[in-house]
Amino acid sequence: MLDHLAFRDPEAKVIHGATGPWELVIGLEVHAQVASNAKLFSGASTLFGAEPNSNVAFVDAAMPGMLPVINEFCVAQAVRTGLGLKAEINLRSAFDRKNYFYPDLPQGYQISQLYHPIVGEGEIFVDMGPGVARRVRVERIHLEQDAGKSIHDMDPNMSFVDLNRTGVALMEIVSRPDIRGPEEAAAYVAKLRQILRYLGTCDGNMQNGSLRADVNVSVCRPGDYERYQATQDFSHLGTRCEIKNMNSMRFIQQAIEYEARRQIALLEDGGKVVQETRLYDPDKGETRSMRSKEEAHDYRYFPCPDLLPLEIEQAWVDGIAATMPELPDAKVARFVRDWGLSEYDAAVLTAEAENAAFFEAVATRRDGKMAANWVINELFGRLNKQGLGIAASPISAAQLGGVLDLISSGEISGKMAKDLFEIVWTTGGDPAAIAAERGMKQVTDSGEIEKVVDAMIAANPAQVEKARANPKLAGWFTGQVLKATGGKANPATVTALVTQKLGL
Amino acid sequence: MSALNSLTIAAARDALRQREITALALTEACLAAIEGAGALNAFVHHTPDIALAQAKAADARLAAGNAPALCGIPLGIKDLFCTKGVASQAASNILRGFKPEYESTVTQNLWNAGAVMLGKLNMDEFAMGSSNETSCYGNVVNPWRRGNDTTPLTPGGSSGGSAAAVAADLCLGATGTDTGGSIRQPAAFTGIVGIKPTYGRVSRWGVVAFASSLDQAGPMTKTVRDAAIMLGTMASHDAKDSTSADLPVPDFEAALTGDIRGKRIGVPKEYRMEGMPAEIERLWAEGAAMLRDAGAEIVDISLPHTRYALPAYYVVAPAEASSNLARYDGVRYGHRAKLGAGDGITEMYENTRAEGFGPEVQRRIMIGTYVLSAGFYDAYYNRARKVRALIKRDFEQVFAAGIDAILTPATPSAAFGLGEMADASPVEMYLNDVFTVTVNLAGLPGIAVPTGYDSKGLPLGLQLIGRPWAEADLLNHAYVLERAAGFSGKPAKWW
Repeated sequence: MLDHLAFRDPEAKVIHGATGPWELVIGLEVHAQVASNAKLFSGASTLFGAEPNSNVAFVDAAMPGMLPVINEFCVAQAVRTGLGLKAEINLRSAFDRKNYFYPDLPQGYQISQLYHPIVGEGEIFVDMGPGVARRVRVERIHLEQDAGKSIHDMDPNMSFVDLNRTGVALMEIVSRPDIRGPEEAAAYVAKLRQILRYLGTCDGNMQNGSLRADVNVSVCRPGDYERYQATQDFSHLGTRCEIKNMNSMRFIQQAIEYEARRQIALLEDGGKVVQETRLYDPDKGETRSMRSKEEAHDYRYFPCPDLLPLEIEQAWVDGIAATMPELPDAKVARFVRDWGLSEYDAAVLTAEAENAAFFEAVATRRDGKMAANWVINELFGRLNKQGLGIAASPISAAQLGGVLDLISSGEISGKMAKDLFEIVWTTGGDPAAIAAERGMKQVTDSGEIEKVVDAMIAANPAQVEKARANPKLAGWFTGQVLKATGGKANPATVTALVTQKLGL
Repeated sequence: MSALNSLTIAAARDALRQREITALALTEACLAAIEGAGALNAFVHHTPDIALAQAKAADARLAAGNAPALCGIPLGIKDLFCTKGVASQAASNILRGFKPEYESTVTQNLWNAGAVMLGKLNMDEFAMGSSNETSCYGNVVNPWRRGNDTTPLTPGGSSGGSAAAVAADLCLGATGTDTGGSIRQPAAFTGIVGIKPTYGRVSRWGVVAFASSLDQAGPMTKTVRDAAIMLGTMASHDAKDSTSADLPVPDFEAALTGDIRGKRIGVPKEYRMEGMPAEIERLWAEGAAMLRDAGAEIVDISLPHTRYALPAYYVVAPAEASSNLARYDGVRYGHRAKLGAGDGITEMYENTRAEGFGPEVQRRIMIGTYVLSAGFYDAYYNRARKVRALIKRDFEQVFAAGIDAILTPATPSAAFGLGEMADASPVEMYLNDVFTVTVNLAGLPGIAVPTGYDSKGLPLGLQLIGRPWAEADLLNHAYVLERAAGFSGKPAKWW
């Protein structure tokens, strides 16, 4: 596990203002759509991209007298997420109503969990390079309903409402203010997304809005953050602004950068940061005020009387725990340990669980480093070029393994292997059979190679002179021999013979 | 045999099964009675076509000999219940024209048991009121009068239409709902029986919500036996209502043995209010004597937090209502205000809700919004929740001490005149619920039984409160009280 490895904290981002250095303090609230076929409190489908208002149950449309019934699968997904973040699972949680009026919120309230969330304190290790990671504490995860979609640009006089998304289950994953820079914030979201995808509890599709973040940003002077850490007293930190609804890692970084500089400029100008909600405009590259604290809604939270407190049993949680997959940190550690990989290569291979599984299928009973090189450089390189995911790879793990076996047994050279990879990629088939069929076989018989080397030395006395004067030039002979043998000679054997025959 | 519509459910059931009468004739008698009772303003949506079709189907089942519990029994349904394809407006202008595409669990249970729907019954708007004067359809008039005095009286509220319809023999029984006394108070004002079951006994699915943690539907009938029969059908575990209890529904009618020997009946001293009319005191004492004569032991008990119940109720109920009624916004169904040039969503909300909700509903939405708002939540809503827990504990303690049921007055007075409270403050109107709200706050079953008359000849009722889930036992106590009181009065027909 990564937390058992030695790692150090990354440096906090410092911005040098006119009056001295400033540091950033960042906390995130990530809204992750629960991967589930049905909504949190209704049986309606959650399918993305359906005809407007086609996935709407009576309760989603808040018809009179309709009642919510909790979807057990969504609860299991939240518990699974909590376990994945090593968080405490609250066996008793409760739902509250958050009241506000908006046309895409048919009930006039969102059912959420303010007072008693289902998941308590957890943690995420955010990798910031080999040996460097930030431990970000997760304060809580609660389940809540998503709102629908208001459409204001279809008609000059009317707004339209699509309730398909209304009532879809979200997990709100709230971090502590442990993040210290824009890159860290993006890396936090990326790591969280990776874990959620490993767990299968959220598809992480930011473009479709399955994963969105509200980013809280404040600035302070060096030393203030440490004082906060020592006391957990927020008064050591600056006033924060919340940037709402970010759905791109790049924009998260840009928005934080802009917002921090805005706050610093304000403070250095003798002004004050006002606690407020802001929106990031990616076209202009700036944040702007959405509503101030004074204009903030009074949500009148109170326990939802339509739902009994949610009580789950430890045995049920244990059942979910028993089906947990190996998570990224553990996988990286194991790849480093068992396959002898660098932390960097291990991280690349484990970015997606499917990639890691593919790698392991290739590496099993083979050389781990060699398998990693081929998967990362040849396969991923090729897949990326064609914009394919691992699931769409034309080469299976068994096929790639077959290519690697031919290299290891010395039957083909690395150069031949690349050609063979190309053939298998394009036409498919069994690599060994293709190699045999096409006569791809490197010559390792030193007697046969010796004849060619001898002939080459005899035919090029001038080159012999040069090579004896400068042994680095012996490579010329190796190249000529390989060329003469049509690339079939084993390069190592050739080099050894050339060196010997030239008396170097 | 008297007019068919004046039969009890039990008598009609037996006569139907004996093939002495037909469901069609019974239904037609009720429809005729409804036609002639426009002055009562009890039925606000008539569904004769549905009724006649259901009656014919019931006759077919009766002929085939496979008649379920309520086969061929004509009922009235409170407008708060959603009935598929039939106007369901909660007596509010904001739901004018609303016809749901679904059937509430309670009414579906009734139709599955062969009951016949005569129409929808008037009520206070969104069940908020104790006199039926907040209805968008205009108030119901109580079929009872003060002797020869023609002053129109309230049937009580909010289930006033249900109470008047049953009392005037327009139907054999009716559904009611009770959030703070809305079944028991109108039952007492009209000389009929009304039971609010234990919270969770009857599904709330498809019943327009007022205050979700207090709302419970129940039957309003001419006799205790009828209440037992009807409750047996209305009650069910419903997976669509998370607060519905997964408990078997006992045979309530079979529990009516009339034997309460050795039972302990509590009489709570805190219900002896200052300024309580002597005739209510006397009624209460007489009721206790009847139960004692039947072999029960009468025990003085204390429910010390009773005096805080009414204020707690008038915080919790409006708080939930303010949230439950937020959905009536003009966006998807019901009334939407006409908008002027330049009006936006805020004007749409404000005008729709100002036009659609009556003054009492608006008042409660405002109270509820206030008590939940930042800075007041702890002082009002949270404190009220704590009071509620204490009230519940009061009851738990007396039940733990061996009390089987609690006897109290149902109302502080007999039915009052319509408009009589017009100049009173809302709080004076809320005092009508003083004996009934504790039962909702504690989630207990409570039943109102007519046991006597006031000096003007108006019916008065007593309330029995039971242990949670002990409706069978509670109905048996009520049955004893009913038989001992021998109340059999009917209002003289003037309409």
